[in-house]
Amino acid sequence: MTTPTPNIDQKNKTPTSDVTKKSAKNNNDDTGKQFTFALAGNANVGKSVIFNQLTGSNQIIGNWPGKTVDRAEGLLFFEGYNIKVIDLPGIYSFSTFSMEEIVSRDYVALEHPNAVINVVDASVLERNLFFTLQLLEMNAPLVLVLNQVDIAKNKGIIIDKDHLSKLLGVPVVFATATRGEGIYEAVKEAVNLATNKPKSNLLRYRKDLEEQISKLQNLIEKENLNLGYPSRWVAIKLLEGDTEIAKMVNEKSPSVIAQSRFIAAEFEKHCQEKCFTIIASERYALSNSIVVSSLQQDEIWHPFTDKLDWFSTHRIFGYITAFAVIGGLLLWTFFIGNTLSNFISQGLNYINPINPLLSTSAPFLSIILNGVWGGFEAGLTLIIPFVIPFYLLLAFIEDSGLLTRVAFMMDSAMHKIGLHGKALIPIILGYGCSVPAIHSCKIMETRRERLLAAFAITFAPCSARTIVLFGMVGLFVGIHWALLLYVVNLAIIFAMGKIAMKAVPGKSTGLIMEMSSFKRPSLKIALKQTWTRTKSIIYLVFPIYIIGSALIQLLYFYDILTPISNAFYPITVIWLGLPAFAGILLLLGAVRKELIILGATAILGTTNLLVGFTSIQLVIMALVAMLYIPCVSTMATLGKEFGWKTATLISIANICTALIIGGIAFQTLNFFV
Amino acid sequence: MVLCDNMQKSAQDYLKTIYSLSKNEEGIVNTTDISQKLDVTPASVTEMLKKLSEEGYIKYSPYHGSTLTEKGLKEAQKVTRKHRLLESFLSNVLRIGNDKVHQEACQMEHTLSDEAEESLCRLLNHPDTCPDDGKTIPACDLPFSNCEECVQLHKKGLEQVGKRDKNLVSIKDLKNGTYGKISFIRGEHKVLQRLLDMGLTPGTQIQVIKVAPLDGPVEISVRSSKLAIGQNIACNVFVEITN
Ligand SMILES: Nc1nc2c(ncn2[C@@H]2O[C@H](COP(=O)(O)OP(=O)(O)O)[C@@H](O)[C@H]2O)c(=O)[nH]1
Ligand SMILES: [Mg+2]
Ligand SMILES: [Zn+2]
Repeated sequence: MTTPTPNIDQKNKTPTSDVTKKSAKNNNDDTGKQFTFALAGNANVGKSVIFNQLTGSNQIIGNWPGKTVDRAEGLLFFEGYNIKVIDLPGIYSFSTFSMEEIVSRDYVALEHPNAVINVVDASVLERNLFFTLQLLEMNAPLVLVLNQVDIAKNKGIIIDKDHLSKLLGVPVVFATATRGEGIYEAVKEAVNLATNKPKSNLLRYRKDLEEQISKLQNLIEKENLNLGYPSRWVAIKLLEGDTEIAKMVNEKSPSVIAQSRFIAAEFEKHCQEKCFTIIASERYALSNSIVVSSLQQDEIWHPFTDKLDWFSTHRIFGYITAFAVIGGLLLWTFFIGNTLSNFISQGLNYINPINPLLSTSAPFLSIILNGVWGGFEAGLTLIIPFVIPFYLLLAFIEDSGLLTRVAFMMDSAMHKIGLHGKALIPIILGYGCSVPAIHSCKIMETRRERLLAAFAITFAPCSARTIVLFGMVGLFVGIHWALLLYVVNLAIIFAMGKIAMKAVPGKSTGLIMEMSSFKRPSLKIALKQTWTRTKSIIYLVFPIYIIGSALIQLLYFYDILTPISNAFYPITVIWLGLPAFAGILLLLGAVRKELIILGATAILGTTNLLVGFTSIQLVIMALVAMLYIPCVSTMATLGKEFGWKTATLISIANICTALIIGGIAFQTLNFFV
Repeated sequence: MVLCDNMQKSAQDYLKTIYSLSKNEEGIVNTTDISQKLDVTPASVTEMLKKLSEEGYIKYSPYHGSTLTEKGLKEAQKVTRKHRLLESFLSNVLRIGNDKVHQEACQMEHTLSDEAEESLCRLLNHPDTCPDDGKTIPACDLPFSNCEECVQLHKKGLEQVGKRDKNLVSIKDLKNGTYGKISFIRGEHKVLQRLLDMGLTPGTQIQVIKVAPLDGPVEISVRSSKLAIGQNIACNVFVEITN
């Protein structure tokens, strides 16, 4: 590893703290040793890699208040400074069409971080500078980090960073974040910026546009609106027709809005173009002229990655690749997971404090303890063996750029259920565990798409459900029956997706996805990513497992489950043809799906499930178990992401599906077998 | 399938047929396909093709087939656009069954004025596909770069606004490797803004890299980045070919 590790403190100089001119807005002016830096930039440029390198383990991961947008905050000790680092969401613009954009723009404009570290992908400089220019419009104190220079070099791109720095009037640093290069320099520049507060250049657009901007700017300044945003920026936003800003201004001064509308309309009539397209075009024109004068590119041929690209998006090989990737991921997870899971549960058997099966005459405390231990054990035998290998391989597939190609190939299939190619990622995740899968639905643009994907995920056979499927059907009825159920499940996901697409109002937006170039994934980054994802599951799932399992244990012990289960008799026994105790199992399974198997073993007093079930009953039981309700952790996640009403509706839809399909399957099997 | 049932197939119908049978902008359509689709004898098709060729609408060679010229493409796009807009109107507004709209539209397309065509487009909120077979409606020939401009500025009157002289082609209909200049993006503000943010501003040079099979996304290269754009957006991104 190279220089920049967390809490870097290098021998030499602390930056001279210059007292400067205009600094009214900065928070931590006088303390001097307290800074806030924000990492901003497009998606996939390397912000999180830099964030992790800077903050190490001092991180708080949460949500932005009132928003379902991830917020990552961390602490860095750098040459005597306490620096709070915020990793802003990856965005391309500040046009307020997404929550991520609103969060980022309000943070940059209103919280006044001491420095904004704008991470850009050096190999796609023109597009990245489009966003940089918008940060400069906001007068953000900027350090430009040209990241991924290794990839840029590989593409034959050479950037004159001093020239770029002169044009923009901001410090520019080269970096290869994955190797830790350039990060120290970036922080150094940011500290320098925070202490010295030099001014960046004012970049100007074409003359007639600038005239309109300054007309409006004067108006805004005269009215003294005190919005907290820079007035030139507000002027630009008003011209663009930004509804959020217009609303804010309107509350203070409707006359400014009226005049801005007039100015915009006149200008648009004159140019025969809308202001927002003019402004976007101008930003790109400026960005382009900067790139032209500071970047050189030689064509370099990459026989290997070009071949790989050709292969993975080929009309036949592309589908083969896609299925191999998805199938391989699932097989790997199941194979490794099963082996590890057996290994761990055997290991735990030796240190089992209490009999994990429901004991008959134990005191209250040990019942609780038993439940707690059971929950802990289940967490351990599920998360470690199934979730970690899954995430690890997924991280490799993601980082290499392969997943993007799979999404590209599968886009048209996903459209059949109102989603697009990107939704494949959360749905594949759903085969590991529904909780992080639903969490990752955030990568989709609209609430409707997030909802549709999350709904599909609640039917996806996560590793717990897979355990039930193979433990009940695969083991006792036959592996082909288990596989058949897997296929049936796929059909159900598809059908339910289609129904949901019709039921949820709105139109599906399409795919706009960057096809980043293939690259060699790094083990360190993959491990880090795996750990971050696993950690969030552990925090959510372990407590629910432990509490739920203790509670169920109590209910079972005091025989409260049986009467409830009996109330389900018409459904379980008559409609689904299951044994009477299936009601108990379904109650248990609502906490954790594998409890269905554990419970059955406990109730029957043997691991041979054929003692209590016929083959048909096992098939029906597994089928219903796969569909009937999201487990409590999943429900908690759904509630958190979509609200409790939606979570309840989804659960009801699950129950209905399970009952209808289970009942039909029972009647059919009964008829034929 | 019978295309239009009236006794005399007009030149426009031929152009429309060649347009819908050609897979991309250079697609060659052979005479038997035209004769089948129009339900006309090959002999009279050949006769008509020769006439169209003489008038500069198509390039025709007896053994090879026909391709539209720029002039022919313009005419074909115009009549196809009217046809598909009318279909949308008949289906979405008048609620006429999708099995009947095609025939109806065939009757009306030849007499619909350009002004009515554009009003129809605005009334229907700039539809992008026709209701009966989901085919893309060609872009209009007004010189706007998006529909927002059209809504705001069309009041000037069509003569004032003028016409676009180049033909536009949707990026989903381009062959791999074709270069084009972004000229028109159809659709609502939100999608338009996202495309602008990704660098597809009017006049930007792009290259189509590849189109995924089964009506999958279109991969383009724009401002040295590569983007995959789903079909339902790609069919609304129109370029002037600049090869
Ligand atoms: N080759 C290379 N890859 C990088 C570099 N920085 C980041 N990456 C990779 O780029 C991808 C996106 O990084 P990430 O930090 O998640 O991007 P973010 O969306 O901006 O947070 C990951 O696969 C990283 O491994 C770099 O300097 N060089
Ligand atoms: Mg990130
Ligand atoms: Zn039609």
